[in-house]
Amino acid sequence: MASQTSVSRRPSTSFRPSIASTLAVILGLLALSDVLWQAFEKGLGDSGNVPTFILITLNGLTLAGLYFITASGLTLIFGLLRVTNLAHGALFLLGGYVALQATANGMPWVLAAVLAMVASGLVGVVMHQLFLRWNQGQDMRQALITIAVSLILADQMLAHFGGTPTAIAPPGFLAQPLSLGVYHLSYPWFRIAMLIAAIVVGLLFWLVIRGTRVGMVVRAGVDDSAMTSALGVNVQWVFAGAFFVGSALAGLGGVFAGTALSLAPGQDQTFLISALVVVIVGGMGSLGGAALGALLLGMVDQYSSAYLPSAYSNLSALLTFVLLAVILAVRPTGLFGRAG
Amino acid sequence: MTRAWVYGTRGVLAVILLWVVMVPVVSSTFFTSQVGLTSLWLGIVAVSLTFLSGNGGMVSLAQTALFGVAGLVAARLAVGAGWNPWSAAVVGILVATAVGLLFGAIASGSQGIYFLVITLAFGEVAYFYFAAVTTFGAHEGINGATPPAVLGDPIHHPARMYYFLLLVSALVYGGLRYATRTAFGLALQGVRDDPVRMAALGYNVRLHRTLGFTLAAPVAGAAGVLSAWSNTRISADSISLAIAILVLTAAVIGGLNRLEGAWVGALIYTFCDTYMRGWTDRFTTWLGVVFLLIVLVSPDGVVGLLGNAGTWLRRRLSGRAEAMRAPTAAARAPAADRGPM
Repeated sequence: MASQTSVSRRPSTSFRPSIASTLAVILGLLALSDVLWQAFEKGLGDSGNVPTFILITLNGLTLAGLYFITASGLTLIFGLLRVTNLAHGALFLLGGYVALQATANGMPWVLAAVLAMVASGLVGVVMHQLFLRWNQGQDMRQALITIAVSLILADQMLAHFGGTPTAIAPPGFLAQPLSLGVYHLSYPWFRIAMLIAAIVVGLLFWLVIRGTRVGMVVRAGVDDSAMTSALGVNVQWVFAGAFFVGSALAGLGGVFAGTALSLAPGQDQTFLISALVVVIVGGMGSLGGAALGALLLGMVDQYSSAYLPSAYSNLSALLTFVLLAVILAVRPTGLFGRAG
Repeated sequence: MTRAWVYGTRGVLAVILLWVVMVPVVSSTFFTSQVGLTSLWLGIVAVSLTFLSGNGGMVSLAQTALFGVAGLVAARLAVGAGWNPWSAAVVGILVATAVGLLFGAIASGSQGIYFLVITLAFGEVAYFYFAAVTTFGAHEGINGATPPAVLGDPIHHPARMYYFLLLVSALVYGGLRYATRTAFGLALQGVRDDPVRMAALGYNVRLHRTLGFTLAAPVAGAAGVLSAWSNTRISADSISLAIAILVLTAAVIGGLNRLEGAWVGALIYTFCDTYMRGWTDRFTTWLGVVFLLIVLVSPDGVVGLLGNAGTWLRRRLSGRAEAMRAPTAAARAPAADRGPM
């Protein structure tokens, strides 16, 4: 796929992307300086805009954490299996609903989250083994299969859990607000915990993939799964494991989203699209790219809804997609996407 | 036996065509307007996707965006500015074509899944734009987008509208079929199969993809205008992601490699949508199951399934299996391994 893309960019026009990317970076910097100007123009006093700016930045950062948890599963599955799992959003919502059901029955939040991860992971593995495994290499067919599965899952969840938005009660020890110590501000502990969890997930990924034998096998599988298989590694086990972990991360994302925001039908598609944007912006299969993409998306999301001129503020939802289109137009395989 | 077979299939096709033509005469008004009109305009937007997918290898989720651009612009001009519906429709379709050129130029650098996702982003951009901008009625949309007086009342007397849609469908089918046989269409298929080789042969791969996408844009746009006329209304929710997936579903059910599959898929979808909701609450689940089965069993959709069944039946009937297998296998093979699946 990627090798063909690089060919389609003809040598005679190879200077054009660099101009376009310079323009894009300049525009981004202009937007950022406008945000900073609006935040600091009234000085640092209590009556200025700085406290709001801090809260919005924290909102963006914690949202980026949620995006990263969800998107890291998608990018893991794509990197290893070349499957674009468009049922990722449905698995995300499934995790949220399982945790909701479990906590409503008196289970502690942490256990419920683990249960949700296992449930989403199992459904993901079953889908992979039943439908995707024997279509290895036909990426568009696999994408269509996952669309069909997501239609079925979403409709079944609507049938079982209803259409009214609900939220999971946060665990007791994270329910209080955290005092930030500046401007008498406080911020929900739970959202901070979400950001910490994202960092932990990222670090764990990095440690496992760089430092262990399992990680070595995964890296080898990403580079050349046929060769890895020929060297005696049971690649199918690795694939199933990756699908389990990736789907479980979708479920974990659903639990966090269900606690910090809410659960409702349609959120599967919203978060699938967010995760896709994150992963595509960063480059599919790249974990660092997913982190950067999540950060970009979370910040653009929050800053644009707060700092766009009021006449345009209802267009803020557009901006993330414009961001995606611009990045793909300049770099067809994303920021860190590999050609090959 | 072979001659009997040829006459048989032609006879069946003739009966089906006759039924399609006779629908407004023999069926109820409800059937004509609910199933007939809907499946025809859904088929036209689906065929723009089938054309892109079958000939260019581009599975696009932006077709509903172009559909919405044309439909909403035409409805806005006709209802808000009091334009003649025909000229409003032409302007709407031209705007959709221009937007298609822009989308195509941006997306032509991407392929496969990246193309799917970038067109998904275009679809979302269009959706959020129309949902936010009050000029286009935001979520309420634009009501009272009646068709030109010549076509009559689409709800109570749908016969004229039906024949007009049928005419447009036939023109679109003929036009796209012709386009696939021109030098440009063949080059586009070459780009689909092997972009590297086509680039080496001196073809501009990106330009061909862009133009292919632009060629499909007025088709999707026409469907948007016709849908606005058939329902006398259109809104941002007519182009949400759910609708984009619905169009994809219809195209996949019909068969992503055959142009006629688009209308077959649209008819099957509309039929189920109209009558299955009566006896099941979980319509979407069944739709998903059918979608899943089609993708798993027959990547060429229902049309491919019928073709395969026909080949099998023909072999059984003729009793000369060995003689029949060679030519049919040769005829089937290219259809089976081309396209995105």
